[in-house]
Amino acid sequence: MGIATVKKIGIQLLALGALLATVPPVHAIPAFARKYNLRCSDCHEAWPKLNHFGQTFKDNGYQLMTGRDAPIFQQTSYFPIMFRSTPFWHRESNNRVATDIVPGNPGSGQVESQVTKSGFDISGLDIVTAGTLYKNTSFEVQPALDKNGKFHLLTYYVRFDNLLGSRWLNLKVGLFALDTLLSDDRELLLSNTGGFYQSYYFTPIGDRTTFGLGDHQLGAEIMGHSINDYTRYAISVQSNTDGSTNTTPNYYDIYGEFSQGCEVPRLGLETIGVYGYLGERPTYFQTSNGTPIDGAGLGNRSFSRAGAYGLWYFGKFDLSTFYLHGQDNVFLGNNVPANQPFNLPIGAAGPTWNGGFVEAHYTYNPQFILVGKYETAQMSRQANPATRKALGDVSVWAVGYRWYPIMSSRAGLAWHQEYARGRTVGAAPLTGRNDVTSSFLMGFDFDF
Amino acid sequence: MMKGRAVGLVVIMCCSMFSLAQESKIGKLTGHAKAGKGLYRRYCVTCHGPHGDGEGENAPHLDPKPRDFTRATFKCRSTPSGSLPTDSDLYDTISRGVYNSAMPPWRPLTRQDRADLVAFIKTFSTRFQEEQPGTPLPIPPQPPTSPESVQRGAELFQDLNCWSCHGKEGRGNGPTARTLTDSKGYPILPFDLTSGMHFKCGESSDRLFRDLITGLDGTPMPSFSDAMKPDQIWDVVHFIESLQASKKENRLIRVLKGE
Repeated sequence: MGIATVKKIGIQLLALGALLATVPPVHAIPAFARKYNLRCSDCHEAWPKLNHFGQTFKDNGYQLMTGRDAPIFQQTSYFPIMFRSTPFWHRESNNRVATDIVPGNPGSGQVESQVTKSGFDISGLDIVTAGTLYKNTSFEVQPALDKNGKFHLLTYYVRFDNLLGSRWLNLKVGLFALDTLLSDDRELLLSNTGGFYQSYYFTPIGDRTTFGLGDHQLGAEIMGHSINDYTRYAISVQSNTDGSTNTTPNYYDIYGEFSQGCEVPRLGLETIGVYGYLGERPTYFQTSNGTPIDGAGLGNRSFSRAGAYGLWYFGKFDLSTFYLHGQDNVFLGNNVPANQPFNLPIGAAGPTWNGGFVEAHYTYNPQFILVGKYETAQMSRQANPATRKALGDVSVWAVGYRWYPIMSSRAGLAWHQEYARGRTVGAAPLTGRNDVTSSFLMGFDFDF
Repeated sequence: MMKGRAVGLVVIMCCSMFSLAQESKIGKLTGHAKAGKGLYRRYCVTCHGPHGDGEGENAPHLDPKPRDFTRATFKCRSTPSGSLPTDSDLYDTISRGVYNSAMPPWRPLTRQDRADLVAFIKTFSTRFQEEQPGTPLPIPPQPPTSPESVQRGAELFQDLNCWSCHGKEGRGNGPTARTLTDSKGYPILPFDLTSGMHFKCGESSDRLFRDLITGLDGTPMPSFSDAMKPDQIWDVVHFIESLQASKKENRLIRVLKGE
């Protein structure tokens, strides 16, 4: 094999994977592994994806219920902290970027061009500290350092576990992810195009609602579960700021989730769940010299997200399926203040849409997993009847694998490779044609 | 000809014994060692080790030490001291975990997974191929607890020298407490019966009765099935539970008083 061939293969390998920019923060906490002397694979199918034992551990308030969960049982030098980062190489491509006809001369006019960029990058840094303050009192604090060096808080809560001696009563207060078995925080894919659940964050074009099912929310949650965690429920109330700590709410949203698992011989644990979110957002604000006054939102209008999901195991192969139906009020959908109904377009209606995904995993062993995902979100009714029905529809597919050469009860390192491709209908900035992005990413994902 | 048949029969019997050792039976469930192997590597190997000898990478940091499956000696059994546990005994231990140790309850694993793990664990010792598990010891119905039964239990506790390990007041501080070792020579402390903590092999009165009649193999805790009649064992159970209850009550009273 000549040098030229090797170079060619090398370039193809690099090119074979590339597009992304931001690796989303996710959970995999070796601090727990160190505390309990367990491997990553005890709690994770392949980290950060939880297995049922890990989910039970989480639902018990990060306790194994061995009688040694309180921090007093740890050596004094133990501190429950974890760091995670991902240095990677990626390639990003977008087929319809508005570019100047003459580079550097905005007056020359614009055309849509394919723009492709690639190079090395880092994900930033996740820092998670979580564990128990006392038996049946747990906490989690997760500040994240983005790649620009800016800190922000992702998670910040205290949880009182097994209240009244019952695992059906656990109270969490603070900033936290909504309870679900399909956590966006634990998505195995990392790239810019495939590294998050589109359905969780989909918003119709022109809609003013700020909400993502995967966004961490400020509020309080009551959850409970059976001893084997097959039956679970969660009900939470949260400020209607979509988790933002910089604004004051003017109302509260509610969220509920219920799931039930059952064993199927030789296949595994099959779980189905339902969820629903009901919220309100202001459509305009009181102002001072024209500037909106924080916390003085007015003209609240409602929105909802509801659906079902399933976790289906067939031995080493498993599927995660998710369905969502979204609906926003007509004023939110058209971004019109509720005190100006005359500004609504004729025939305006609350936008509705359906979204969902199927994510397949093949866990060859605890150190190697294949992942494939297809997801879509499609408008069923636009807020403005004059809008093309499919405008904003999104579809994404992604494939990848993770190999964990290092997996101990102290730290973990994964080699990650992924390709994802996404299409948004009518999103091209100049022609309104379909916008297609693709991402290839490969890198080392490690935590300790 | 006859000799050949006999050899064949022995081979078949050995194979069937080996095959049985590769399986577990828990009620209607049949566990398979082959399936359990992968589960063991995922969940158990860091403590119990790849060879099942309790020498996993975490073993040096653990107290009590992980079980050495190659010895086929198990604390929590329904069978007489010295005999092999039933598959259900092992299954129950995996499901329940061992309280106050690093062994968590593995109830979140499916029943089939736990049955498969039992089958695989049995492959670490040839005893499971060579011997049958002991016959579970019967547990007679529990008589009502009374001040008299507690008093009788207290007297038996003294007469049978339980206090030499567990202490006069059951605090686990008897005169021999600091000298005790388990079957592998590791130091082991007697249970503090007043601590209010869960017992290792289960919480119910029946479980406690069972601990007394089977003993905890691999530890200095012997079987008392020959030393006491069932009614007497129940008296001791009632006495031990009175120690636990008084501890819990005292703690509750202190909390209520804000102490």
